[in-house]
Amino acid sequence: MANVPDAPKESFRLSMLLYDTRYRSLTIQVFVFMLFMAGAAWLVDNTIRNLAALGKDFNFGFLWNRAGYDISQRLVEYTNDSSHGRAMLVGLLNTLLVAFLGCLAATVIGVLVGVLRLSKNWLVGRLMTAYVELFRNIPLLLWIILIYAVFTEATPAPNAFRPNPETGIASQSMFLDAIAVTNRYTAVPNPVFSRELGWLNLGLFYVNLDVIAVIAAAVLGWWLNRMVKARATRIQNATGIRPATWWSSLLLLVGLPVAVLLGLGFHLEYPGLKGFNFVGGINVSNSFMALWLALSLYTGAFIAEIVRAGIMAISRGQSEAAFALGLRPGRTMSLVILPQALRVIIPPLISQYLNLTKNSSLAIAVGYLDLRGTLGGITLNQTGRELECVLLMMLIYLTISLLISGAMNVYNASVKLKER
Amino acid sequence: MSDTPAQTVPFVRDTMLPPAPPPASQAGALRWLRENLLSGPLNIALTLLGIGAVWYLLQGIVPWLAHSVWSADNLTQCRQIITDRWGEGATGACWAVIRERWTQFLFGFYPQHLYWRPTLAFALLFVALAPVLFARVPKKLLWFSVAYPFVAFWLLWGGSLFLPLTVAAGFGLGWAAFALLHRFGTIPAVAAAVLLPVLWWLLFAGDLSRDLTGLVGREVPFWLEQVRSDKFGGFVLAITIGVAGIALSLPLGIMLALGRQSDMFLIKTLAVSFIEFIRGVPLITLLFTASLLLNYFLPPGTTFDIILRVIIMVTLFAAAYIAEVIRGGLAALPRGQYEAADALGLDYWKAQRLIILPQALKISIPGIVSTFIGMFKDTTLVVFVGLLDPLKGITDAVRASTDWKGIYWEPYIFVGAIFFIFNFAMSRYSMHLERRLKTDHRQE
Repeated sequence: MANVPDAPKESFRLSMLLYDTRYRSLTIQVFVFMLFMAGAAWLVDNTIRNLAALGKDFNFGFLWNRAGYDISQRLVEYTNDSSHGRAMLVGLLNTLLVAFLGCLAATVIGVLVGVLRLSKNWLVGRLMTAYVELFRNIPLLLWIILIYAVFTEATPAPNAFRPNPETGIASQSMFLDAIAVTNRYTAVPNPVFSRELGWLNLGLFYVNLDVIAVIAAAVLGWWLNRMVKARATRIQNATGIRPATWWSSLLLLVGLPVAVLLGLGFHLEYPGLKGFNFVGGINVSNSFMALWLALSLYTGAFIAEIVRAGIMAISRGQSEAAFALGLRPGRTMSLVILPQALRVIIPPLISQYLNLTKNSSLAIAVGYLDLRGTLGGITLNQTGRELECVLLMMLIYLTISLLISGAMNVYNASVKLKER
Repeated sequence: MSDTPAQTVPFVRDTMLPPAPPPASQAGALRWLRENLLSGPLNIALTLLGIGAVWYLLQGIVPWLAHSVWSADNLTQCRQIITDRWGEGATGACWAVIRERWTQFLFGFYPQHLYWRPTLAFALLFVALAPVLFARVPKKLLWFSVAYPFVAFWLLWGGSLFLPLTVAAGFGLGWAAFALLHRFGTIPAVAAAVLLPVLWWLLFAGDLSRDLTGLVGREVPFWLEQVRSDKFGGFVLAITIGVAGIALSLPLGIMLALGRQSDMFLIKTLAVSFIEFIRGVPLITLLFTASLLLNYFLPPGTTFDIILRVIIMVTLFAAAYIAEVIRGGLAALPRGQYEAADALGLDYWKAQRLIILPQALKISIPGIVSTFIGMFKDTTLVVFVGLLDPLKGITDAVRASTDWKGIYWEPYIFVGAIFFIFNFAMSRYSMHLERRLKTDHRQE
């Protein structure tokens, strides 16, 4: 009987750290970790030495010092006596405002153009293609600056809206008697409530209770509408007949908020020419208008492509199958096509929203005081604290981005194809 | 069944009818019109709206273009000419500004007698790109593509020929070390290929280049007049940053994507945090970091070229986006491809090089190219760190001069048209590449 020895117990040799795949990944990671730590230590050491050489320290105390500069567009109370931190908050809110309104307008433009690009109409299809290609292939900065230049140099002065004393006719007339585009600002109506509920103090800023009441009414209506629909589905499952819900939906979704609006005495205050300027409405600065329009048109072109791709990704077989099941076109759209198309559309759509938010930092080109303009602009120049300001600014943008992409991940998980 | 008695059939045609032409409403332009423009009430309404929009646009643009003025000294004169020729209230384009300032838009403040150098570098760029982009060009030309960065650097910035030569020698050294040591194992070869060039650049290259320059003097074949970075501007600057960023960000992006897919926890964490950080902040803040903060992060007293700093930041920025695009491509590959590569006994790098990446990159082409287009557009942002980009830097300089104060359409149309041509060409090329590399024969 041949004596078959056991395989010799392999003892650990140093060369196994390099050549044995079981240990190699560990070696590589330790090596990379040491390199990384050495690099980080080198950077930190350099920074400390440079700061020492310049006689500076690293602290954020300057945020509580007096800012001393004015911000024309502010959503919360701010004067030049407020602190740098307050200026930062105003800038952040301005960033969020233009980003939010930009996302809204870009979505409307994008969906419209994306659908029209798919239309069978040759002329409209070509026009929309031209729009998309034009905006996607030319830098956003050009659109911002160009629109700003058109606003400031091609529009009339506020004075031009004054009627000529002899003829009684002004050289310019307001659009719908409500909007006036001038070379300094765009005057738009101001939404006001005649019944003030007062202001809620949130610590950092005040919030109008009327607005909260309207939002609460809308949310309540939406929630009640869901209950009504759930009840209708229950009845349908039990009896096979779905009770008509359209009138209660209409009442809850539209009627309730409108009732609250009317109850609070909501109306528009129209701008009118007094002296050399428009008063009464809101005078929106041209820098805001240019930034907002350019961001919306530019991002709208990208969203149009996303919408088009999303709709085209749903094969014809899906709608044919739905028709074969006897679904009407409306229900086919809402039950079969849209849920599938949205799964394709939403993730890139959100990343376009992210891009828009980051691109809003191009406000620097037209002097709109957003987060970069306040914290990364005037505050940075006044206090000379580049390191703190730029790091804080990056951190805030990063937080916004991570919040939005976190929300997107939650959504993605919820609509993911449930397979096997 | 088939033998039906002939007499029950009254008439049997035994010849084919000649094909008849389709009715007039179903052929030619008329049919096209009916189908594409007038197929229903909604379609007719859309057509009318479209015609209205086109009419409105043309009404504004056509007279403006028709009244173009090509030679004038300033805007006032331009407007005067238009008024004289076409009457009071006529509007027209004043292209004279482009005619007078086009060199500034293209070259910035690059010395006028040296315009041939960026022009030559630009022409050579296409020679260098040809073997990379098109399959039909002889592959021998790839050697020129490898040498091109050094040629372009020398042509653009000038100075001694020996500086780019000694830097290139470092790469040659690394390659030679790898080729020689390869048979002794991958790890010593890679280590030598990384360490030798670094030692060469740190210890010898600078001195050698200086000595050689001193030896031959500032003679023409070895010396070109130096141009400092602050003279760069216009499209020379945009294309320099764009091309350098594109060439550098693709390999870096691939490495980052592989790092993100890696099994090693530390590598993966580092790659993910880098990518998410870069993607989470606007490019402007990174450019500010380049211009304001690098002085803090580097050893005291170091300064280096602002264009180089911007190229580094733009590269990092684009690489993070490319990494995400390629990650999508990697994720789209079926699991079986990875397993097949393992089953063939390929090691990690061979599997990536021969099996995984060719397929993943093919899937990611559209995304990669649109990242490149985005990056080329973003080169305009360098104006905010004090460089003269063609869009705002140069245009503002032109608009600030007393001659051309108040002009806005013409310079922006000029700059926008050039950007459009570049980017449109890139996106069309990516479509061509997709078609060329398409290996499935699915019927559309």
